[in-house]
Amino acid sequence: MSPFMAMLRRELRLALRGGGDVLILVLFFMIVGAIVPFAVGPDQTLLASIAPGIIWIATFLAMLLGLERLFRPDHEDGSLILLRQAELPLSAVIAAKLIVHWLVSAVPLLLASPILALLLAIDVPAFGRTLVSLALGTPALAAFSAIGAAVTVPIRHGGLIAPILIAPLSVPVLIFGVSAITSPQSGAATLFLAALSVMAVALTPFVAAFAIGSAED
Amino acid sequence: MTDQQVYPLIHMRATGLSSGRGGMMLTGKLDFSLGNGQCLLLRGPNGTGKTTLLLTLARIVAPFAGSFGPSDANTEQPLLHYCGHHNAIKPRLSVLENLTFWAAINGPTGIIPHAALTKVGLDDLDGLDAGYLSAGQSRRLALARLLVSLRPLWLLDEPTAALDEQGHQLVTRLLTEHMAMGGLAIAATHDLIALPDPASLNTLQLERAP
Amino acid sequence: MSNDTTSRQSWWQRIAHPGQFVAWTTPLLMPLAILTAVLFVVGLWFAFFNSPEDYQMGDTVRIMYVHVPNAWLSQFVYAVITVSALGTLVWRHPLADVSMKAAVPLGALFTALALFTGALWGRPTWGTFWEWDGRMTSTLVLLFIYLGIIALWRAFDDQLRAARVVAVFTLVGAINIPIIKFSVDWWSTLHQPASVFVPGGPRMPLSIQIPLFLMFFAFTFLFLVLHLKAMHTEIKRRRVMTLQRKLAQRATP
Repeated sequence: MSPFMAMLRRELRLALRGGGDVLILVLFFMIVGAIVPFAVGPDQTLLASIAPGIIWIATFLAMLLGLERLFRPDHEDGSLILLRQAELPLSAVIAAKLIVHWLVSAVPLLLASPILALLLAIDVPAFGRTLVSLALGTPALAAFSAIGAAVTVPIRHGGLIAPILIAPLSVPVLIFGVSAITSPQSGAATLFLAALSVMAVALTPFVAAFAIGSAED
Repeated sequence: MTDQQVYPLIHMRATGLSSGRGGMMLTGKLDFSLGNGQCLLLRGPNGTGKTTLLLTLARIVAPFAGSFGPSDANTEQPLLHYCGHHNAIKPRLSVLENLTFWAAINGPTGIIPHAALTKVGLDDLDGLDAGYLSAGQSRRLALARLLVSLRPLWLLDEPTAALDEQGHQLVTRLLTEHMAMGGLAIAATHDLIALPDPASLNTLQLERAP
Repeated sequence: MSNDTTSRQSWWQRIAHPGQFVAWTTPLLMPLAILTAVLFVVGLWFAFFNSPEDYQMGDTVRIMYVHVPNAWLSQFVYAVITVSALGTLVWRHPLADVSMKAAVPLGALFTALALFTGALWGRPTWGTFWEWDGRMTSTLVLLFIYLGIIALWRAFDDQLRAARVVAVFTLVGAINIPIIKFSVDWWSTLHQPASVFVPGGPRMPLSIQIPLFLMFFAFTFLFLVLHLKAMHTEIKRRRVMTLQRKLAQRATP
């Protein structure tokens, strides 16, 4: 088995055996989405008009919830130091972690989003655009999460500070993500969103590897 | 013993090596060297920077001054195994899965994971979740990682920590075999390690910085 | 190979050594402070007494003389931090760490002042303190990035080791700021196509230009003085930290 595949397999196993982490993320996503009508009132037309924003906010928050899992356990049990000595470059290790992070923290949200769409009274064409926008935008969110997690690895309570660092970086993702669903220029927004994700995913393994390498010395 | 030698000729030298962390120098100006089949023991009281020195030798922490590398500038940096305080074991993976992962990621150049588990005395537990291992068993699993990938330089931080009498003998046996293959080892330890060939063993006593 | 760094030091390495740096920049501090004070006095005099009222906005246009320099500094300081971060990562120079750490709170302060004066100006101009317009919004995001950097730095137990990690995040921010600015501009034109008042058009009369430039230099020099002073303080703080560590190391059994 190639080192990269071994890394993917290990990360997947750890994520899926990790005591229902995936379930917690999906529940959190659903609860954030479902709690909004209690705050703004049950008006169907109002909900339908703000639903894309609600779904994106719920996705953003749920993905922040899972970022501690990226590097913290490996840092605490000494694996991270050893991964720096591996045959596989650290950037490839992080690429594998990023892929698995997206698979276990974004894909479940995509699968759960129809229920939220139903609760928030989104019509079918708009829901189709929502799915496309989530699928294109979540890789960028996962990448920013990885950067936030990487720079906060050496900090004991890094999980608390990472969201503060990630939120400003994620502003373009939210803007283009929601615009891809609702705005008259949704085509342009979709393209920007895809470009952002491609760029973030391509650069993040190197940036995060550099941050982790810098943290020790 | 030369017929058993599997590693190429390596001679590692530290010149004027100072290490430290967070702007604080811990070990000052060390000079030492070691070649194939030699072991260097780092000894000294707590706080003299043994762990930091090992991390520096592993190129994880940048040295304050000086360098550590092959004496022959044309030789490239040898691959190394670092075995620190933490065992880098995932409790949710089985003993065998843990070891197989490291074999894949470090290159399966050594003995197969099953054989390595037999060697460290964990062969009965290969299917068990590693979270159930005792501290000593975890340490044995960490040592098994050194065997599944052949790397000429071993950097061991308290290899005998949490190990019983038999465990101490295991560490001695593994070190002896490694050195017989032409391996190099640098170990920080409070316990005395008695190798059959005392000539291959050097000791570096670290002092508290003035 | 790292041995020869001590033997052949360039002039740059000598003046950039933290101790040397404090020694040769201390005499500069007072003249710079006086120059800053003079610029402020002259600039404010022009701004208050020798510049015209706006035919629409009346006296409130004078807020511009404070707002525009702060808005400029909010971005200029990030450029200073970015260059310092490169110094930290590429040359591993302690002075770059110090410069970065000293500049971040100042950048946050000037950004907050830009937002505050912008809000004061917005009230009579737009009729509201806050408008989700492109400039204000991206300045707000910039403030969040500054505050994030401060929080990140403070979260590290070991301040000396923090520098390189903070530098990485600073550079990530530097790459992202233009993207954020682009996305926010795109978003705000999407929601309110009407263009808002743009300060400093090309046909500004000289009577506005003079106080604006004076205030612009006054605030820039204020930043330089404060930055220099903050760097001195940081260098001294590090010296104290090192001494404390030495003490702790000697005390441990």
